[in-house]
Amino acid sequence: MSASTIPIARHPKRARRVARYGDESRRPWTFWVLAALFTAYVLALYGPMLCIYVLSFQDLRGGLVFPMKGLSLHWFVDLFTQVRTGDVKGGFERSIILAILVTVLTVVGSFMAGLAFRNRFKGDGIVFYLMIGSLVAPGLVLGIGVGLLFQYFGLQASWYTSALGAHLSWTLPFGVLVMFAVMSRFDRAWEEAAHDLGATRWQIIRMVVVPILAPGIVAVALFGFTLSYDEFSRTLQTSGPLNTLPLEIWSMTLNVTSPSLYALGTVTTLASFLIIGVCLGAIALMQKRRSNQSSRQQ
Amino acid sequence: MTITTGDIELAGVYKHFGGVAAVDGVNLKIPDGAYCCFLGPSGCGKTTILRMIAGHEDPTGGEILIGGEDVTGLPPVERRTAMMFQSYALFPHLTVRDNVAFPLRVRGQSGAERYKTADAMLEKVRLTELANRLPGQLSGGQQQRVALARAAITEPRVLLLDEPLSALDEQLRIQMRTELRRMQRELGITFVHVTHTQLEAIALADIVVVMEKGKIKQAGPAREVYAQPRDRYVAEFLGGQNVFSGKVESVNGASVVVAAPDAASIVVPLLGRSVIRGGDRVDLAVRRDDIHLRRPGPAAEPGWNAINTRIRAIEYQGAFVKVMLDTIGETEFVAYVPEREFFADPFTVGDMVVAAWRSERSLLLS
Repeated sequence: MSASTIPIARHPKRARRVARYGDESRRPWTFWVLAALFTAYVLALYGPMLCIYVLSFQDLRGGLVFPMKGLSLHWFVDLFTQVRTGDVKGGFERSIILAILVTVLTVVGSFMAGLAFRNRFKGDGIVFYLMIGSLVAPGLVLGIGVGLLFQYFGLQASWYTSALGAHLSWTLPFGVLVMFAVMSRFDRAWEEAAHDLGATRWQIIRMVVVPILAPGIVAVALFGFTLSYDEFSRTLQTSGPLNTLPLEIWSMTLNVTSPSLYALGTVTTLASFLIIGVCLGAIALMQKRRSNQSSRQQ
Repeated sequence: MTITTGDIELAGVYKHFGGVAAVDGVNLKIPDGAYCCFLGPSGCGKTTILRMIAGHEDPTGGEILIGGEDVTGLPPVERRTAMMFQSYALFPHLTVRDNVAFPLRVRGQSGAERYKTADAMLEKVRLTELANRLPGQLSGGQQQRVALARAAITEPRVLLLDEPLSALDEQLRIQMRTELRRMQRELGITFVHVTHTQLEAIALADIVVVMEKGKIKQAGPAREVYAQPRDRYVAEFLGGQNVFSGKVESVNGASVVVAAPDAASIVVPLLGRSVIRGGDRVDLAVRRDDIHLRRPGPAAEPGWNAINTRIRAIEYQGAFVKVMLDTIGETEFVAYVPEREFFADPFTVGDMVVAAWRSERSLLLS
């Protein structure tokens, strides 16, 4: 890049343009305003989280506020060994299993809804607005409603029944809306061409529809997972006797006054990043394998 | 049941969409190995016919026969047809080779086997060096060749092409037109091609089928449809004709005399049509390249029709000069004069001229 700068600047027209726009000292004032705004935004977004991550690495003397006391993994060990901090391990497992269940159901449901809504059908408007309705309904109210309903029918609320339903009321409409956006770029001629070339219905889904929509499907899955994994308001009244992780953290903020709370924050964030990373890695791998496959046949 | 020949027969085919007839009673026979073009404006039902032959649409009534077998209700594979879509519909996630091999893959052929066939096909359409590209990395013409290869790999008896050249720019369109014709000869199968461009249709087709509002207006060899249009619609759609209408003055033996508005009488051969009487309104056509322009002078010689008119505009077209004359009635009146002939004694806009043509070159339309 630096090698090409000199001849470009020597070109009279280019040189004038560099002088007018490219000169650091003569940037318009709006640049500095927007830059300051963006810095503030980044600080507000990541500052609080960084505080928690940093404070979770204190040693035995650590407290809930700055300044930082020592540097160790003490509170991470404490998190998984001490009983008084609550059932973190169980909560974590339940949240992960619940999020996986929600993800699978959301992906399957959204995919099928996306296919269905390409045609008009009787009552499609009603179905659509009912779906949007459950998206805008306040989570806490919806959760209380689900809890009440289970009680009324004499059913035991639990994280894998009532909470699962409450989560789906949130992730499913979200997933369907994402799917709509993805589907809008899907050309039906692809399906017709596949049919024309002799593919069965199942082959069309497997070899054409799913591969073309794969990036969108992964996006829906990621949405489903993250929305469910940290869902609090809809879980509060529906999880039954055993807590999910967000409920566990919430109860800890009420009675645990040690940095193990922060350690928990760090661990759950890492878990989230791990899952997102695995998803993105899987996509990259798929694409790489696809291009390798055809070049190997050369 | 196996279909071995690609002759197509449409017998009384109807297609209604919510009470509206898109195809309204079509009868047509296309012989095996013919290149057939359906020509008409958008919404005339030509694409619907194509999709019904392909099996993507079921007729509301009537029968479709391919190779003598009634194929109504059969899936495309069993009809031995293949369709090339207007957008080509190449699978964007598959390479060129995988796109071409797709029909073999769904038939359960192993990788090595199907890639061998696909590579042979790619060589035929001269795409070997692009085999590992994705469709998004190809030009329009290359995409079309991939679509052609993919459609042809299953050895269909009939290839159906939906506006195959409309997505290409002018130069490529003419180039691909030749390529299509070459492929059709090489494969030796029936091509059915839908287009709204008359030049494309008459350049390619053995049979041109002109359609309007779900009905066939005229079907026949390209030259016949162009030179002997049956009615006003066909004459105007194919172009190259001046169409007049007027009242019959008299019928004498083998010809009629027609009084056109703003013009002298025009003599038109009757060609065996006997239903015409004095006073009837008739349409008649004269090819633009049959019109001779002369300076005003002595009266017309016998056997010629002559109209005194004025030149409104002149367009140079290279091989010929398009001279636009004062309109007769509402229709435009144009003469195509060979370039050398025009410039031997050039006219200018505003000149009074005599437009003359041999009486037997006039054509009575129905």
